[in-house]
Amino acid sequence: MHDLRLEGVAKTYGTVLAVEQVDLHVRAGELVCFLGPSGCGKTTLLRIVAGLETPSAGRVVVDGRDITPLPSHRREFGMVFQSLALFGHLGVGENIAYPLRIRGVPAERRRARVEELLALVRLPGVADRRVTQLSGGQRQRIAIARALAMDPKLLLLDEPLSALDAKLREAMQIELRLLQQRLGITTILVTHDQREAMTMADRIVVMGNHRIQQVGTPLEIYRRPANTFVADFIGTSNLLPARVAGTGVRFAGHPIAVAALPPGLSEGAEATLLVRPEELHVLPAAAPGPNRLPATVAFVRDVGSLVEVHVDCGDTRLVTAGLRKDQPAVAPGDTVQVNLPPEACLVLAA
Amino acid sequence: MTTTREPQPTMTSAAAVLPPDAAGDGPRGLRQHLPVLYPAAMLLVFFVVPFGIMLAFSFFHRVQGGFYEPAFELDNYARFLTPLFVSALGFSILLCGLAATVCVALALPFTWLLGRSSVRVQTAWLVFILSVLSLSEVIVGFSWSVLLSRSAGVSNLLVALGLAAEPAAWSPSFPALLMGLCYVSLPYAVLVLYPSVVRLPSEITEAARTLGASPVRTFLTVVVPSLRRAVVATLILVFVFTLGSYLLPQLLGQPQHWTLSVLITDQAVYQSNVPFAAAIAVFLMLVSLGLIGITLLLSERGRA
Amino acid sequence: MRGEVLLKRLFMGLVAAFLAAPLVVVAGVSLNEKRRLLFPPEGLSLNWYAALFADEKWVAALRNSGTIAVLAALLSVSIALPLAWFLWRYRVRYARALFALGVAPFILPPVITALGFLVFWTSVGLYGAMGATIVSHGIFFMTLPLVNISLGLESIERETVEAARTLGADERAVFRTVVLPGILPYLVSSFAFVFVLSINEYIVSYMVSGFTVETIPIKIFNSLRYGYTPIMAVVAVLFVAVSFTVFGLMARNGRLLRILGRH
Repeated sequence: MHDLRLEGVAKTYGTVLAVEQVDLHVRAGELVCFLGPSGCGKTTLLRIVAGLETPSAGRVVVDGRDITPLPSHRREFGMVFQSLALFGHLGVGENIAYPLRIRGVPAERRRARVEELLALVRLPGVADRRVTQLSGGQRQRIAIARALAMDPKLLLLDEPLSALDAKLREAMQIELRLLQQRLGITTILVTHDQREAMTMADRIVVMGNHRIQQVGTPLEIYRRPANTFVADFIGTSNLLPARVAGTGVRFAGHPIAVAALPPGLSEGAEATLLVRPEELHVLPAAAPGPNRLPATVAFVRDVGSLVEVHVDCGDTRLVTAGLRKDQPAVAPGDTVQVNLPPEACLVLAA
Repeated sequence: MTTTREPQPTMTSAAAVLPPDAAGDGPRGLRQHLPVLYPAAMLLVFFVVPFGIMLAFSFFHRVQGGFYEPAFELDNYARFLTPLFVSALGFSILLCGLAATVCVALALPFTWLLGRSSVRVQTAWLVFILSVLSLSEVIVGFSWSVLLSRSAGVSNLLVALGLAAEPAAWSPSFPALLMGLCYVSLPYAVLVLYPSVVRLPSEITEAARTLGASPVRTFLTVVVPSLRRAVVATLILVFVFTLGSYLLPQLLGQPQHWTLSVLITDQAVYQSNVPFAAAIAVFLMLVSLGLIGITLLLSERGRA
Repeated sequence: MRGEVLLKRLFMGLVAAFLAAPLVVVAGVSLNEKRRLLFPPEGLSLNWYAALFADEKWVAALRNSGTIAVLAALLSVSIALPLAWFLWRYRVRYARALFALGVAPFILPPVITALGFLVFWTSVGLYGAMGATIVSHGIFFMTLPLVNISLGLESIERETVEAARTLGADERAVFRTVVLPGILPYLVSSFAFVFVLSINEYIVSYMVSGFTVETIPIKIFNSLRYGYTPIMAVVAVLFVAVSFTVFGLMARNGRLLRILGRH
């Protein structure tokens, strides 16, 4: 098993910044996900790891050895590309055997390894087919088998599932994660799909504006976002403009009690109040109390298992979500109350 | 960071003068530069140097008997500025400009119709056009002189059909020459226009149709303006191509229809006056470059 | 709608007739029994086809043209391939200039390029040598392979190349296992284009070695001027047949439209 360290890695194209000062340790056997909106620099960072881009500053260290100057073809990392990049002029077996052929492995051993890998990705017996004869999901597996063929030190996945339809993608996420755990291979996954990141990752690196915003387990990231960027990007969030008042905050004239205030925020300072939709409760209208806000129902989204109620509280739109059985039946125009439990209220610097 | 790139248009397209879109880093050291040294050297030695020599020759002094000595004199250029050669220059430009216009006027609607045909039909046509393209100018000139002759030409057909009283010789003549030039450049024009035409989204013309434009109006008001750049590029290419035609003026034209190309070859090969031929060639190049520049300038301004 | 279709058919038909007319003439003349120029032909025969291969001078001209075309096409592709690959592989400042230089020989009026070659070969003392014509054609036509191969390289996805690199292929292995298989059809078509154009080229061959190395187009022009023979029509028919076969084969493997610029 191998570990990877990025030390002060940065990349600029001319005067354009792509990645700013990244320090990160990917532990041996871990699956780390680079998650962020498009253009945040996550793919560039992965390509620097792969040796396909040269960093403008910093070092890439594998098992304590600086590999920054090492060209891509000598790094021994397996990479799966967004387009899969299978070789159209080669058959399935030849695709998987490509890295072995390059290294001069004899044909006999290549064939055995191909069968082994095809069994691993649960596609036995397709070695002699053409790539074009396979379905999207099958190609996906071939690309993974090819990347694994030479027992790579690291597995790099650049949005590998984005070409699949939603259902197949969800299934592949689980399959890929189980495969990774079974092989114990250190893996970096790049994606813009937070559900995919939450499903597969040991730790998530949230990237935005060309830098790391937060590193943590999926649950940490969801429960304790470090800033409004992460809060906004991960999950659906109600981000409410508020001001610090005593041990709580004020929002739209109402005092809101919270579990804790972040350090360094003085009385009256601007802050952002974060409440997840599933923590909000819609109640019948009554006299406002602590952490209860009067609101008007604006829209009801009923998707079967879940019901979302969108309410207007002053100028601010809040989204609540819950199981049908937990929600009172309301209709647009109804006057209601929303309850914000103090332990669910997180205050972030504005 | 990685994108699927648009394939470049072919040699024939207007954008062909742009190099392919490199995405790698710059080459480092002699080893990485090695692959470019051979083509660069070949082009330098066998294209740039010959051009330089030709330019130098145009200032040389000619000695009687087909020889010349190094000199720097403008006599060759001065000699060009006599009525005979100036009028030949004017005639060449007029003839080739006219040929380019007629050729593109024919090629554009043709290519557009071709681009809207099925893939099978397009393939068949293009194979045919490429085969025509490979007809040597000699054969084209010969065939048309036969077709336009009194003894075996099309006019006999008209007589047989009762449309004409007696067969006539239509070649050599100015219209015959013009038609010959259009014939040899039509395949080129179609091939240059083809990529732009087939890539024109069909929604554009469909939108115009739903907005109430007739097919002909759609072609004139939507297709032609959308293809402006390709049309201008084609005009220039055909103009330059026909300027270089040497055989057709001799086969389909009368001596007064001989273009500068014929005169250059005549001076170089038969009069053994290479310095003068070189001077005419340089002049011809400057004039054609100038005209191309003006055309590009006008079309850019028209776009703004 | 019907009138529209009719109009379209009529127009396309007229263009077809216009383009085909000379082919009809040479085909007719080549089948003419008599030596005199007659069209429409009187008395069909294949005599002149036999006569072509019996006449040493015509066979020599065929051999000259064939040799020049094959070698010029090889030379052309050999110059264009490394240049196109280099411009595709590396980011270079002078890429535009290099590319323009490669395109220039074909974009200038041919007579100017031809005269340049004439003075050059005269200066180096190789005027009249077949090698001079081969090199001249190789340079003159290199624009086509350059643009065509560049097109082929552009059709190779960058991710495929990068995949090969991450899988352990160095520069040389990438070229051998990914680039070359990808551009092979374009190399073949480049060769075919140069071959066909070279075999029919007149002015450069004439200026560089017109009096010593008789190529087919030169021979045809001379035979027009100094005594007509139907053999020239036979040659023309054969050449068109060859071109038709070459381009027809390219069309069969489905790449012709793409090479000509269709997506």
